[in-house]
Amino acid sequence: MGTRDYRYKTSHSLSGPGDGGRTGSWRVQRPIIDLERCTPVKRGSEACFICWLYCPDAVISRTIPPTIDYEYCKGCAICAEECPTKAITMVDETERPEEVDTPDTCSFEGPRPCT
Amino acid sequence: MHVIENGNVAAALGVKLAGVQVIAAYPITPQTPLTEKLSEFIEAGEMKAEYIPVESEHSALAACIAASSTGARAFTATSANGLLYMHEQVHWAAGARLPIVMCVVNRAVGAPWNIWNDHQDSISQRDTGWIQMYACDHQQIIDSVLKAFAIAETVSIPVMVCYDGYLLSHTYMPFEVPEEKQVKRFLRPFKPHYALDPQNPANLNTVTLPDVRMDVEGEMAHGYMEFRYLLQEDLRQTLTIAQEIEDRFTQIFGRGGNALLEPHRCNDADYIVVGLGSLTYQLRDVVETLRSEGLKVGVLGIRMYRPFPDEAAVEVLRRARGVFVIEKALSYGYEGALSSDIKAALYGCRGDGADAAGGLPGDRTDVTQRGGPCVDGPFVRGLIAGIGGRDIRTADLTDTLRTAITGALDDPGWIGLKI
Amino acid sequence: MSAKTTILTLPKEELVHPGNRACTGCGLSIAYRIGLKALGPDTILVVPPSCLTVLQGLFPVASTKLPCLNVTFASTAAAATGVLEALKAQGRTYIKVVGWAGDGGTSDIGIQALSGAAERGDDFLFICYDNEGYMNTGVQRSGTTPQGAITTNTPFKGKQQRKKDVPAIMAAHGIDYVATASSAYPLDLYDKIKKALSIEGTKYIHIHTPCPPGWGFDTRYTVKIGRLAIETGYFDLYEVDHGEFRLTGASGKLLEKRPLTPVIEYLKTQSRFKVMTEEQVADIQEQIDAKWAGFSRAI
Repeated sequence: MGTRDYRYKTSHSLSGPGDGGRTGSWRVQRPIIDLERCTPVKRGSEACFICWLYCPDAVISRTIPPTIDYEYCKGCAICAEECPTKAITMVDETERPEEVDTPDTCSFEGPRPCT
Repeated sequence: MHVIENGNVAAALGVKLAGVQVIAAYPITPQTPLTEKLSEFIEAGEMKAEYIPVESEHSALAACIAASSTGARAFTATSANGLLYMHEQVHWAAGARLPIVMCVVNRAVGAPWNIWNDHQDSISQRDTGWIQMYACDHQQIIDSVLKAFAIAETVSIPVMVCYDGYLLSHTYMPFEVPEEKQVKRFLRPFKPHYALDPQNPANLNTVTLPDVRMDVEGEMAHGYMEFRYLLQEDLRQTLTIAQEIEDRFTQIFGRGGNALLEPHRCNDADYIVVGLGSLTYQLRDVVETLRSEGLKVGVLGIRMYRPFPDEAAVEVLRRARGVFVIEKALSYGYEGALSSDIKAALYGCRGDGADAAGGLPGDRTDVTQRGGPCVDGPFVRGLIAGIGGRDIRTADLTDTLRTAITGALDDPGWIGLKI
Repeated sequence: MSAKTTILTLPKEELVHPGNRACTGCGLSIAYRIGLKALGPDTILVVPPSCLTVLQGLFPVASTKLPCLNVTFASTAAAATGVLEALKAQGRTYIKVVGWAGDGGTSDIGIQALSGAAERGDDFLFICYDNEGYMNTGVQRSGTTPQGAITTNTPFKGKQQRKKDVPAIMAAHGIDYVATASSAYPLDLYDKIKKALSIEGTKYIHIHTPCPPGWGFDTRYTVKIGRLAIETGYFDLYEVDHGEFRLTGASGKLLEKRPLTPVIEYLKTQSRFKVMTEEQVADIQEQIDAKWAGFSRAI
């Protein structure tokens, strides 16, 4: 059971992702970006990034093209709602079972510890 | 330096010598002259510290908790309802393992309002995980403040230095102010185990689960219960550590000796009176009177009430025929908390009768085999006195004890009650 | 004030981790994520019990990259002062201190400590995220719950009393910077936090943060509803900068673009307002119109 160091005598939390587990599993619908309608992709230069700005969970990258981290995306659909070119659509997770990625990641809850 | 000052000034001088960095306090009688004095020290440039004139006691301890979490030596002081208003913060400071020192200038709690001395305020905070020291005179107040920081910072547990309102806080007595050079030898600068720091970020006091959980480095971290177990373990260990610190203090300053207890004429005593604070010094006069009448009486002052020095107390008490616990506080609906503690400590001990009769095998010093009643040990009677500042007359104490020794008193008996 | 921040000039670095426990579509999450960008890494946070406690992680994992002291419910501002004074005593004054509390921890149980700190003028920023109720404990009414809203302890008739105007209370302390913001306007929030940090003394920013489960709307509308609150004049973006009141951003533009969108357009998006009568809605509309008439006169 740990050590008797001071850190182990107090609730002293260290920074890391996934405190809530793989929150991608909360999703009912997944956002899919249609790159042909995505402004920065179309322009080939930094632009728009409204999806990145409003994403509550910091799971959309500020890159060209923007990418979505489905491991943690909770599927709120704010990006789809706010995208000015309607480039993001929400697709039922049940319609895409074959594409649901299950990366071999660590967990603070599950059997495979983070190391 | 030898001075004649009141008890609050003794405490303030101790805080100044301890090099406290952050003070947060809210006025309440009879604590106020202490924090007024600290304000004077700081405004006059005699003391380098940040003074936060908070808007409540709850905020006073909040500010100290935060300052201590940020790595500063922090101090506050209060009394009575001020302490009660802090209550959740009192628990919080211990759970967060912060070495804050707080003077509690003991006063009765409302309702009804009463500004005079008893111990209901600090005794009601008994189960918060703080260390509680009780001073009997001005020398002990100033020395205890210094020892309190040394103990707190060694074991990462906050300490209350309790002393009687008015009886000590507002009376003048001569005492020795320790030399700064010696204090520097005794109390080193505060080195926190962790201080809030953007270079080394941590989220402190987060919600902690009932069970253990993996941390970000793959190690199993504690659950809430483990933290609480460690607090208890370290508090019990404090009984030993406080004595080591006391020994170091005695070496440097030539005063002190026993961090836990202050027995007076207990060695040959048939009857021992147990108490907290200035009352135990008053009882020394009673002891002389009763001894002159042929009654062999002693006094045991409890210097450290939490953690409770049960083994040390039993070693003093077990040979007596009777123990009288005089308290200025009550666990309403039962008896004084100290009476319960003393009875629990004596449970399973072996008294002098058992030793003399050779009734039980084993080492005489092995006094805490718990689980059975005290074999030929002393009876214990609880007595209540001085509630809400009711004058405790030495003659009343003497009469009550003389009567109590004959066994003719109720338990708990009330001294000086006019009903 | 320096040039307005745009999406392209907003710092890329994230100071909050994904996979945290905030609800899906959380308005606070947007404000927190952008707010941390404005605060930057040299910051110590002080947080009382709230949704943010949960967002920031359960022991031993922190979803925030900033150091944070979790404190008791009533003590955020007093604890911020404690951190501040300790940093002063240690000469670490380059570190910013920020209290970040919910509306209950600010307007109700936390207001005494906050008022005390503001009166002392202690040099920190206090941020209140206002999701208009005790959402973390399951949607009970708070001082800032608006009139007419159903909560779990105003279950059938909705709250009868008006929303407590905390920014006005803070401005009445005479502190040098008070501002309101909304999670629907993150760049405005970013600039206000930056501005607040440039001012010495106590600063207060009050952020309107829509809450999908507490207010009763689909998670996709968090930003849209936040925007409607501004466009209907229900919640206003403003600053009180050294005593001077000024509508800012989208609210500033509304002054020219009136009439405002009728408040019913905002109220009907959320199930918490479903029991409001026509008279109650008309009363709210009147309150808004009177407030905006005052804004116009002030210009």
